[in-house]
Amino acid sequence: MSEPAQSEAKSQISFTVNGRPVTVSAYSMERLIDVLRHELGLTGTKEGCGEGECGSCSVLMDGTLVNSCLVPALQANGAQIITIEGLASEGRLQTLQQTFLDCGGTQCGICTPGMILAAFHLLSKKRQPTLEEIREGLSGNLCRCTGYAQILEAVAEASRQGPTT
Amino acid sequence: MKHGSIVGTSVPRREGRDKVTGRAQYVDDLVMPGMLFGATVRSRIPRGKIKKITFGAGLQWNEFVIVSAKDIPGKNCIALIEDDQPCLADGLVNHPEEPILLLAHADRHLLPKAVQAITVECELLSPIFDMAESEKRAEIIWGEDNIFESYLIEKGNVDAVWANADYIVEGEYTTGAQEQLYIENNGMIAVFDAEQGLTVWGSLQCPYYVHKALMKLCDLSAERVRVVQVETGGAFGGKEEYPSMIAGHAALLAMKSGKPVKIIYDRMEDMTATTKRHPSRTRHRTAVSKEGKILGGEIEFTLDGGAYKTLSPVVLSRGAIHSGGPYNWPNIRIRAKAVASNSPPHGAFRGFGAPQSLFALERHMDRIARVLGFSPEDIRHRNFLKTGATTITGQVVQEEIALNKLLDRALELSDYHAKRKQFAQENQKGGVKRGIGISAFLHGAGFTGAGERYLGSIVGVEARGDGRVRVLVSSTEFGQGTNTVLCQIAAETLDLRYEDVEIAQPDTQEVPNSGPTVASRTVMVVGKLVQSAALGIRQTLKASGLLGESYTAEEFRAACRAYITEHGNLRSLAQYEQPADMVWDEENYRGSAYAAFAWAVYVAQVSVDPVTYAVTVEDFVALQEVGKVLHPVLAKGQIVGGIAQAIGFALYEKVIWENGRMQNGQMTNYIMPTSSDLPPIHVYFEEFGTTHDAFGAKGIGELPMDGPAPAIVNAVEDALGVSFHSIPLMPEDIFEALEARRAAEDAISAARGHI
Repeated sequence: MSEPAQSEAKSQISFTVNGRPVTVSAYSMERLIDVLRHELGLTGTKEGCGEGECGSCSVLMDGTLVNSCLVPALQANGAQIITIEGLASEGRLQTLQQTFLDCGGTQCGICTPGMILAAFHLLSKKRQPTLEEIREGLSGNLCRCTGYAQILEAVAEASRQGPTT
Repeated sequence: MKHGSIVGTSVPRREGRDKVTGRAQYVDDLVMPGMLFGATVRSRIPRGKIKKITFGAGLQWNEFVIVSAKDIPGKNCIALIEDDQPCLADGLVNHPEEPILLLAHADRHLLPKAVQAITVECELLSPIFDMAESEKRAEIIWGEDNIFESYLIEKGNVDAVWANADYIVEGEYTTGAQEQLYIENNGMIAVFDAEQGLTVWGSLQCPYYVHKALMKLCDLSAERVRVVQVETGGAFGGKEEYPSMIAGHAALLAMKSGKPVKIIYDRMEDMTATTKRHPSRTRHRTAVSKEGKILGGEIEFTLDGGAYKTLSPVVLSRGAIHSGGPYNWPNIRIRAKAVASNSPPHGAFRGFGAPQSLFALERHMDRIARVLGFSPEDIRHRNFLKTGATTITGQVVQEEIALNKLLDRALELSDYHAKRKQFAQENQKGGVKRGIGISAFLHGAGFTGAGERYLGSIVGVEARGDGRVRVLVSSTEFGQGTNTVLCQIAAETLDLRYEDVEIAQPDTQEVPNSGPTVASRTVMVVGKLVQSAALGIRQTLKASGLLGESYTAEEFRAACRAYITEHGNLRSLAQYEQPADMVWDEENYRGSAYAAFAWAVYVAQVSVDPVTYAVTVEDFVALQEVGKVLHPVLAKGQIVGGIAQAIGFALYEKVIWENGRMQNGQMTNYIMPTSSDLPPIHVYFEEFGTTHDAFGAKGIGELPMDGPAPAIVNAVEDALGVSFHSIPLMPEDIFEALEARRAAEDAISAARGHI
């Protein structure tokens, strides 16, 4: 984990999160996950390991899936960020959120936001991935509860149901 | 809704919507006004006496809240079974993660620096790191003999069997420590108020365990301690006992500072300092007739408990009782003991001792088969327990079990016979070797013996004026589906819709003590009590003349409204009562060990790479009998998830120890399975048709942890013709074994060449 130097001054960082423009004051090397959680109150992004292994803190940055625990806040300047809070709209679940619910893709729930964002990213790149491509696409996101089978089912089901908007 | 339409169907997970939208609030998501952050200064030596503590330069130490053992208002211990584990070391250190000081500060960034700036100087004492050393007692590190607990289980007269045995088969099997690796690290928030007392919110399994520990540590009465479980991101036994320690630490800092204090472990602290599965060693000596019948056996089952007693006696007990598996042992002697070492205490992890002893047994059954020239399935067929027979503790099997059918069905589902033949042929050629292996096993649901009677769990169900019903239990949700299944049971019992029932947040100020959420007991034991309490509501309304035998939701609502208007509230409690036929003799370890067993046969297909020596599980069939399946999607999720953890236990998850400390406390170097590492897992449920409590459900959560490891290692033996006795089975172990075989073969052909 990177610890911001106490002597360093904070700077203004502006980006868009879930379609909303925000400006925060943060140390340039502060982790994006901390800015999202502590400054913006977006606690749906979870920390599992702090070293980019578990994927629980996955968010989309300019359409790319990133581990927000490895991204310095400064790097987010000017970027479009999507977190789990940005997927459901007006109380309606996004397709993947619904299929995760239906298929048993969420158990304890701590990996779920990152897992759903990884799946969202996968389906946005390839609408109908094979099972192997789903396995591969989610292999950067660890889940200790499900053994993944019902997560894979949920993603395949969302893919069958069509566009993931 | 009609009766029979909720239980047995896959209703939506109760808290599922919050989880998929990111709204679910875990402990690290909570913020209290004026909150400080806490951190722990730990020993870095395995055993010694604390001589001096120095606070380094460069930090404003007066800004920190600092707590040591002398700040503890009550008894310096984490109360559980025995009060031997201190909350903060006071002079003596017994493992390298022993907490010594606590720090709190408003700026969480300062804490890691502060922890590093503190030097603890110690006089070293000789440590002990393994079971054999501990048994030798060169150093006494715990009690009088390094033994936390020992049990002797005897049935028949095993001494008489050896003389008449056609075969005596011996083996020694070991299993390593395993980290639970829930993805949410441990965490707690404590608030102390002189008027209201102490409240903690945290990630935990057992609110009343934490409650009991805090009362003793902080010297507070029951009413002045409140424990609230918040959304918990996985536990698997790993949040059964250690949360009491963290809650104690947060509480001490909150009491001293007068401010809310949050402690959240980072991944490395969680992996290195908190409990893991007990390492084990099991020795088997078995007398067998030439017809393949087990005549009797001796089993020696030993666990490394770490530095303090914690839950080791109970883990040992379950492991020992499961060590004979689903077989008929006319004569048996089991000697079990848990010994001390200078590593952090080992603790609860799904399966609770049974995965260790069943790994040994199911490897040993294959060894017996090999020695006698039987097939692995045949030796099991000949020895299965049958209805009316007695288990190793003398418990008569009352259920209509049909293990032979279960085994045959599993072999059929996995295409076992054809594959075995096919692999044997294909393995003659070079390249990838394949094998297929089986395991047959059981898992007892609920606390062992008289445990449930001692617990005397209480469950409440209350109805409100608007006809909504609330389940009141201290049983916690951490992914398994507690919330969902208990609401299903209440709704079904009351002929209501699933949506009309909710479950209270586990809060010791709000809910009765329905016992800890462990031991595959929640559906079977607590579910039965929910059913009883819900029936109580129904009967109360009926007896008051407000409700008939059948009713609509509107009639139920009207009846609740009328009753509450007159009586103020409508609440029904149910308390556990031990069935009369369940008798347990704790002294001699005889009698009914469990109210019910779940039964299973698993089949694993593996391949071994000839270049990397990596084992891949290619296909997995899991057939089990768990009574009535109350929620098919959740049940399947439990089985697949358990198997995934067990594949890790067998093949990937190796804790590297040095001086009693885990060296690979990161997800980078402690490897759990990813979505790319797991095979298709085919899950099947059978029902033997025996009726049980709570709509016929038995325990399910731990069962899938027990069987995969031996099935996998049996399959590796089938593939390579080499027998392995230890897990995790790593590529380097296979490389070494194959090299040793090659060297031996070379030596033989060289010797032949000389003739």
